[in-house]
Amino acid sequence: MTDILFFAQLREQLGCEQVQVELKEATAVADLIGILVTQYPQWQRYLTNNKLLVAVNQTMVDKNHTIHPNDEVALFPPVTGG
Amino acid sequence: MLNSIRVLVQNDDFDLGSEYQKLLANDTENGAVVTFTGLVRDYNQGHQVLGLTLEHYPGMTEKALETIALEAKQKWPLGRITIIHRVGSLGLSEQIVFVGVTSKHREAAFSASQFIMDYLKNDAPFWKKEQTTEGERWVEFNDKDKDALSRW
Repeated sequence: MTDILFFAQLREQLGCEQVQVELKEATAVADLIGILVTQYPQWQRYLTNNKLLVAVNQTMVDKNHTIHPNDEVALFPPVTGG
Repeated sequence: MLNSIRVLVQNDDFDLGSEYQKLLANDTENGAVVTFTGLVRDYNQGHQVLGLTLEHYPGMTEKALETIALEAKQKWPLGRITIIHRVGSLGLSEQIVFVGVTSKHREAAFSASQFIMDYLKNDAPFWKKEQTTEGERWVEFNDKDKDALSRW
């Protein structure tokens, strides 16, 4: 199972901090977002926001990155620390 | 270690004096120390701010800050680097972030401090939610923080 974590405003918009998705094979980030939207259609407007950032195994990646079934994936808005 | 990296993500406040001493302890070779402290400001993006709450991604946060510190070390001849970032609820004027860098000469210490803050603002997974006179709001990413990376 692949853990998908959500943070900050996105976590509040989805009303959820984590889901698990069963990936049978390596999947591009963009395709994973497609899978989530299919499972949770009410999340579409939030998950298709092109400002969203993606981290895989706690490193920022772009949307062409390939996710493997045991990776930890996180989706979140642009960061505002400092 | 005269070239160590110290990264802390914590709820507690930090003491500038003791962080400064730690940066310099037992080190006679580095003659420059630059420190930066970021504080909670009372006005932001058109809103009167009363306080804020900082959320982060535990684990990734520390990793991102260490990566930024290592990149700074590759670009400049540095001694010690300390990065401290607080999380949780903070009131006005409270300290949020500390960056301290030592080097033989000031140019490297100034540049590395700026570099670390610029990358922290873009790559470290922290998010601010402000309490304002009009209610709570998530702080919006400022495009000038992205533009700042182009100087490196």
